[in-house]
Amino acid sequence: MTTIDCVIIGAGHSGLAASYFLQQSGIEHIVLERGEIAHSWKNERWDSMCLLTPNHQARLPGFGYSGDDPDGYLTVAETVKFIEEYAQFIAAPVLCDREVVSVDSTPLGFSIATNNNEYATPALVVASGACNRPSFPPCAEKLPESMPSFHPLEYRNPGQLPWGKVLVVGASATGVQLAHEIHASGRPVILSVAEHVRLPRIYRGRDILWWMETVGILDERYDEIDDLVRARSIPSPQLMGTSERRSIDLNSLSDMGVQIRGQLMDIRGNEILFSGSLKNHCELADLKMNRLLKTIDEWISEQGLDVEFDEPERFSGTRVEEKSPLTLDLQKEDIQSVVWATGFAPDYRWLKLPVLDRKGRIRHEAGVAAWPGLYVLGATFLTRRKSTYIHGAEDDAREVCEHLVAYLRKRSAA
Amino acid sequence: MTDATVDNGVNVGALLDAREALTGAPEAGKFTWEASCKWIKGTHSRSTCQAFYGLGEKQSHKQEFTFESDHPEVLAAEDNGATPVELVLVGLASCLTAGVAAVAQRRDIQLRSVKSTLKGSMDLAGILGIDSDIRNGFDGIDVHFEIDADASPEDIRALVAQSQKRSAVFDIVTNPTQVSVEVN
Repeated sequence: MTTIDCVIIGAGHSGLAASYFLQQSGIEHIVLERGEIAHSWKNERWDSMCLLTPNHQARLPGFGYSGDDPDGYLTVAETVKFIEEYAQFIAAPVLCDREVVSVDSTPLGFSIATNNNEYATPALVVASGACNRPSFPPCAEKLPESMPSFHPLEYRNPGQLPWGKVLVVGASATGVQLAHEIHASGRPVILSVAEHVRLPRIYRGRDILWWMETVGILDERYDEIDDLVRARSIPSPQLMGTSERRSIDLNSLSDMGVQIRGQLMDIRGNEILFSGSLKNHCELADLKMNRLLKTIDEWISEQGLDVEFDEPERFSGTRVEEKSPLTLDLQKEDIQSVVWATGFAPDYRWLKLPVLDRKGRIRHEAGVAAWPGLYVLGATFLTRRKSTYIHGAEDDAREVCEHLVAYLRKRSAA
Repeated sequence: MTDATVDNGVNVGALLDAREALTGAPEAGKFTWEASCKWIKGTHSRSTCQAFYGLGEKQSHKQEFTFESDHPEVLAAEDNGATPVELVLVGLASCLTAGVAAVAQRRDIQLRSVKSTLKGSMDLAGILGIDSDIRNGFDGIDVHFEIDADASPEDIRALVAQSQKRSAVFDIVTNPTQVSVEVN
């Protein structure tokens, strides 16, 4: 049993950012990593994935993108390299191949058992990731067993799928990107769409995420916004990172021949049932996109910068088939596989503390969990809207570590 | 939080309090709604609503509400009330309208008038068993809102969109629901 002031679980970008701030405060700590640095990025992402954020937003505390393509998007391999270089740059005390099997509370704080060692610590930062487990709608289990199905955690490229038609469920960043590449591979895609976030890649000459950062939207704090529960459950925006900086949305997918259907609501035998609310889901997404563009336009005018940027633009509304079919017979339509782009969940099965909410997430306020000495990083909208993105880790980790350091000082003074 | 000058007659404060309270006590949020129906004659029936269950106990409307339903004379009936499918349209209209008022209150938008017309189209070849490929129910519902309010056309569209998103009846008619029918 090793005793140490603080343990961080997970050597991804969030855990490493925390390590940076703990080092700055002179807190002795280790980072336990189940596999290797940037493990999920390396092993649990599809081949063509790129970051949603442009390279100039690839930043971690004290470190930033230094390549020659600030407007490009890091590929998964480049992201892994970026995180590995960061770990080296800050000389993070990472212990690889230490898979945490349980965390229990003790009078000291926590006891952590890994596959080959035990640790005791008064302060624990959980940065094990938000995307460890697949998340499915309840009716997914009714899919006929003979139907091959894939979740993005195991999907790598279209070549894995049988030849023929594919039903892709979900239209977040993941769903639209996979629908795009699967359809382009010659496997016709039917895409089931629930509530989604539509964004143009480029607006008035700049990347939309540059705008969202510049006008302050990505910096909105968790305690400033109206409905945090909702903000934390918003699907990722329909964006992809390509060298042409192309937009992707339901219109562009329809143009290439993808068939758009409503939210998948149930499966009865071989029949898939879709919601009749597709039109409203698209209307909501269009309205929200236009509200964002208006906010950007207003900011530009207030700053007197209209001449600096391209003209304002409005994009055509999402086209929805007037009588889009509400059912799909898997056999009659000859569907050969299903891809469930229906989200991810964290995996805290090893955390033996009563801190999880009914959805299995750690209850916390700005990363400070509802248990003394326990902290969480890497969750959606942890302290700010940008928490989801790589550059969001800096402010999250700084605030969490400030609280943690104060907690340890108070504790040792007592 | 809410602009005191905007009054659509919706107690948004109470609704937000309820949301807060029900987040902490999910059992209290489980409601059961009831209707009782009695056959009169032919296609004429009379339904009533009074009791319901919620907040962990039996509840009751202030009075019993009665609904007559029948078919029109062109369908060889006596036309003692709206058809059942029209009552579905009534339910959808009322639910969306209530939602518009609540969302408008929440967004500080004063409503002056909210009117809607609903059209549900249907091919009787379905219910009459003429063609088994044609469904019994509506093949589509068109809703048209006319809203006069202190807001931009875009904000008014957003009101109506949000009201659909939060509407129980919109969900009931757009999504499948398990229905279990027993006798005696």
